[in-house]
Amino acid sequence: MASDTNDAPRTLGELALEVRSKNAGPFWMTLEAFMPDEETYRIADALITTELISELYHVAPASLQIFRIPDLHVVKVSFPRPVVQGSLHDRDMHAGQHHVPLANMIVPSPG
Amino acid sequence: MPDQSGPPDSVGILVPTGMLGGGFGPGTITRGISLGADVIAVDGGSTDSGPYYLGAGVAKTAEHAVRHDLRLLLAAASSARIPLIVGSCGTGGTDSGVNWIAGIVNAICVEDGLDLTVARIFSEQHAGQLISELERGRIHALPPSEALDAATLGRCTHIVAMMGHEPIEHALRAGANVVLAGRATDTAVSAAFALMRGMPPGPTWHAAKIIECGGQCTTNPASGGVFARIDHRGFTIEPLDPDSACTPTSVAAHMLYETVNPYTMREPGGTIEVASARYTAIDERTVRVEGSRFEPADQYTIKLEGAAVTGYETVSFTGIRDPQILRSIDVWAEFFDQTLTERVASVLELAADTWGADLRLYGYNAVLGELERQPARPAEIGVMLLVSAQDQQTATAISKLANPLLLHLPLPAMNYLPSFAFATSPAHIDRGATYEFVLNHVLDVDSPTGMFRLEMGPSHGF
Repeated sequence: MASDTNDAPRTLGELALEVRSKNAGPFWMTLEAFMPDEETYRIADALITTELISELYHVAPASLQIFRIPDLHVVKVSFPRPVVQGSLHDRDMHAGQHHVPLANMIVPSPG
Repeated sequence: MPDQSGPPDSVGILVPTGMLGGGFGPGTITRGISLGADVIAVDGGSTDSGPYYLGAGVAKTAEHAVRHDLRLLLAAASSARIPLIVGSCGTGGTDSGVNWIAGIVNAICVEDGLDLTVARIFSEQHAGQLISELERGRIHALPPSEALDAATLGRCTHIVAMMGHEPIEHALRAGANVVLAGRATDTAVSAAFALMRGMPPGPTWHAAKIIECGGQCTTNPASGGVFARIDHRGFTIEPLDPDSACTPTSVAAHMLYETVNPYTMREPGGTIEVASARYTAIDERTVRVEGSRFEPADQYTIKLEGAAVTGYETVSFTGIRDPQILRSIDVWAEFFDQTLTERVASVLELAADTWGADLRLYGYNAVLGELERQPARPAEIGVMLLVSAQDQQTATAISKLANPLLLHLPLPAMNYLPSFAFATSPAHIDRGATYEFVLNHVLDVDSPTGMFRLEMGPSHGF
């Protein structure tokens, strides 16, 4: 949650209303950062780049799709699931915990 | 059935829950009927919980929960004289799933004295027929998958085709009060009746996408059902829980949910385009949407889903609390993998490519694995060992070989044997066959209904 105290938010997750991840069908994963206002949206928009997501999630830059939706203050990223759903090495069946590497990114304080 | 002589001004759709068996209160239905519902639509399936349900042809939902929901829905549909449509019956949408739901519907109708015409639409496909379509060049891969080969089709335990709205509309026109569909697009289940009654495809498909997950498009996603009224210019949507709300943001944001692309979504007959949709609050809990479009495709395509057996698994679980081991847990895990690999080769004489193991350190880095950038220093770790082999006997044998390691494996530098905390006796559980989704392909078809088999009958009659 965004803080209105003097404790400046440190991570994207703390600045956002919600950062979430989920399967988008069995073969894709999608991440979304829901920001509370235009100012924090601009911070998320600047942070979330092809290079960053590719590094955090070990996916090829060419396979990434990034949607920037200023009207909703949302940045959405989709990419093919790096591990096949339900396979021996899939530890997150719904991909519901894969937002954490992105949410933990340190961001500049707003304002 | 309502009068079908000409298109009405609008069609009201009641979606009581995002998943049949998910549960809802009687107030959900009463409210939806009082708003003038013309149809009740509910989804009965999903791929989201993994390939097991399609692969094994069994449902994820509990029979009691499904019966509870169906009893309320059948009573409401019968007394309001409106159709009930259930899509993707039995989680995977297999023929066994359709028949399972039909059996429950049948029993309720007998018990509650309901006299309804029930349509079953089967969507399961034979590999042999699809192989001939493949040879004719009519099956195409969707990203990120590769081109299909015949062997992959042959490996599937179940293959389903995802129907659009046409087979459901066909059943409704034939007089069905209750339509139990095999695998269908989530949207087709909600869109079918409104399209049949002449509502425009843009607003209808967009509304169907928004309501198919129930309360997910509201400010309280746990609250359950939603109601949409589609007319000739757009649609309005509101939650059925009076304490929940639809806002322009909650509705617009739902196009993000479990989608790759939030602006376009492919259906069998074309593409839903919502980039130019406008979301307006009518009051504090109702939203109006206009400007959605549906672009018909040049080629009608049916998406295929299939699951194949990938092996047989055994799972073992132990707990480590010893701080000395925990301080060097990465070293311990590497030593474990190395020791198990050597023992399997020397004792069982298995080739390395015929089996696999996944050692998961819960409490440390199990969930994210190599993507974990900040592993915590844990107070204790749950160690799960998942073993996969080509048959159950071998998976079990490997797990039994791993058992003393999960109990006693020291760090390489330790000069005594620690003992860890098994959670159960025995420490392993055979999981049986494991599956994988192996189809992500579409088939070009000439007829939207040709791949689907319709059977109609009285609710007491099968």
